[in-house]
Amino acid sequence: MNPNSTLRWFWFASPQTFFPLAGTIARWCAAAAALLALGGLYVGLVVAPTDAQQGEVYRIIFIHVPAAWMSMFIYVVMAGWAAMGLAFNTRLSFMMAQALAPTGALFTFIALWTGSLWGRPTWGTYWVWDARLTSELILLFLYLGFMALHAAIDDPRRADRASALLAIVGAVNVPIIYYSVQWWNTLHQGASVSITRAPSMAATMLTGMLLMALAFWAYSIAAVLVRVRCIIRERE
Amino acid sequence: MLAVARTLVHRDLLLALRRRSDVGTALLFFVIVASLFPLGVGAEPNLLRAISPGVIWVAALLSSMLSLGRLFAADHADGTLEQMLLGAAPLGVVAMAKCLAHWLVSGLPLVAIAPLIALQYDLAPGLYGVLALSLLLGTPVLSLIGAIGAALTLGLRGGGVLLALLVLPLYVPVLILGAGAVEMAGAGLQPDGQLLLLGALLVLAAAFSPWAIAAALRISME
Amino acid sequence: MLEAAELECERGARTLFRGISFVLRAGELLRVAGANGSGKTSLLRILCGLARPSAGAVRWKGQPIAGLKEDYTRELVYVGHAPAVKDDLTPRENLEISCRIAGRAASGEALAAALARLGVPELPVRKLSQGQRRRAALARLLVSDALLWLLDEPFATLDAEGISNLNGLMEKQADRGGAVVYTTHQEVGIRSTRVVDLGAGA
Repeated sequence: MNPNSTLRWFWFASPQTFFPLAGTIARWCAAAAALLALGGLYVGLVVAPTDAQQGEVYRIIFIHVPAAWMSMFIYVVMAGWAAMGLAFNTRLSFMMAQALAPTGALFTFIALWTGSLWGRPTWGTYWVWDARLTSELILLFLYLGFMALHAAIDDPRRADRASALLAIVGAVNVPIIYYSVQWWNTLHQGASVSITRAPSMAATMLTGMLLMALAFWAYSIAAVLVRVRCIIRERE
Repeated sequence: MLAVARTLVHRDLLLALRRRSDVGTALLFFVIVASLFPLGVGAEPNLLRAISPGVIWVAALLSSMLSLGRLFAADHADGTLEQMLLGAAPLGVVAMAKCLAHWLVSGLPLVAIAPLIALQYDLAPGLYGVLALSLLLGTPVLSLIGAIGAALTLGLRGGGVLLALLVLPLYVPVLILGAGAVEMAGAGLQPDGQLLLLGALLVLAAAFSPWAIAAALRISME
Repeated sequence: MLEAAELECERGARTLFRGISFVLRAGELLRVAGANGSGKTSLLRILCGLARPSAGAVRWKGQPIAGLKEDYTRELVYVGHAPAVKDDLTPRENLEISCRIAGRAASGEALAAALARLGVPELPVRKLSQGQRRRAALARLLVSDALLWLLDEPFATLDAEGISNLNGLMEKQADRGGAVVYTTHQEVGIRSTRVVDLGAGA
């Protein structure tokens, strides 16, 4: 890599230069998020057909599943920024990881909450120890642990690096946790409830979910960038 | 390098010997926690027999986690941890040695005491072996993973509870596999799968956590 | 031997010091002076390799210490604020373990002689006074043949006899061809080659 392009890569690694760029991107993504959400909700609530078994209640899937996707995706991205921060020692990478955590935790919470709301009318209980819901719960703990560790350390440099290491250790463990919880769920079959066994996918349902997923993605980018701007202001 | 490791293990064991009460309290905690469950859920024998692998494993988890505070904190406070960082052995070796000593003092006794708890819960005699083996494979993993958390939370206020929040989600696979092995055996099936997976976790933890523990120690000591 | 180039240290949002450079040659004693909070301990820790400077580099015999790791730490003894002795062990056991961890072999007689020389009684460290603990910690200097000594407030809690003892040890180390970097508030009448002043502090 010639020195010129290396310099350009690291140009935006300075919080000062990233600040205005983040603002611009955030504005565009917020607009995109609003439009995509409108489209997704329209498809989900109006266009998609009523499910034969679950009636109208199943429509919560249009929020539940994209939220779950985002919660896992954001964790991976967060761990990625954490790894970059530890490898290159760039302050902004750590700030990005710090900014991603609350949004990720929010989506995890939304996934859990909508899952619970779905469970009540469908299966009669607010909580089911379904493999995926249980994994989401543990993922929430991982997010909260990350935020708690960062908050507990006074020295910002140590806080950044410690929580980054925790994020990476968590990321490595997430597949192990997921598969062990899957196995645990099959062992304790009990009622064969799979709350996230979605009704067979009509094309419209898939479109609706994808639109909502994109909407959440755009929202995440906007929210995270706004938060990063706050963090930059606070720390620089 | 091995000489340093041997010295560290020997030193930690000597210190534990001189502070027997510290070690004893953690083990007593294990027994007390396990004894609380029947008081909470009722003493119906079938129920207790069914929950006993899970209860014993959860108690082992909590007891192991409590003793993690002792792993690095004392050395950090009196400056000996710094000397270890400046010693002749790489920090990963130091971490492994300390984890080994920690397991010998806090984990291995759990394996020995668990059959007594199982007796309280009237666990079928044939399952004692699987229980002991699952604990034997699982408790070192708890020490290794827990050490990462202990190193990250070194010297922090509210350290113990924060450590619990960080480490318990990571303990979940060990819990599931360990208790699951005993339950499989109890259902008349072969627990080999779970035990082998536990062994695999142990190998993975032994391979990767020294690196993570060393990185965490350096971050905390800067 | 030891070279510091443009060292800068940040603690939180404050810059403790910047632009600290010096070259330490064999036989030299370097005193780090400065007010409370000026970063003396931080500088020593950076020189050990325990902490990383936010700018600048430390070189040992021409090579950056970050790459040398154990090859560098093997050649130094660091005595920090905390005496680094375990309360539950005797000074002799502490010293033996310190030696082994540092990778140095030391015979029983050498250990006993070192402790006797500094006047450390053979009781569990728990029962010793602060001054006696510091002497037990300083015994490490006697049993090691390291070239570089990094001492953080070594004279604190020592009585007059202890101070003159340590003076003698430091001068002998310099005569041997080693080097000492130390911080202190007190004027202890030791011949210092140089002083690095970190200023008024933050």
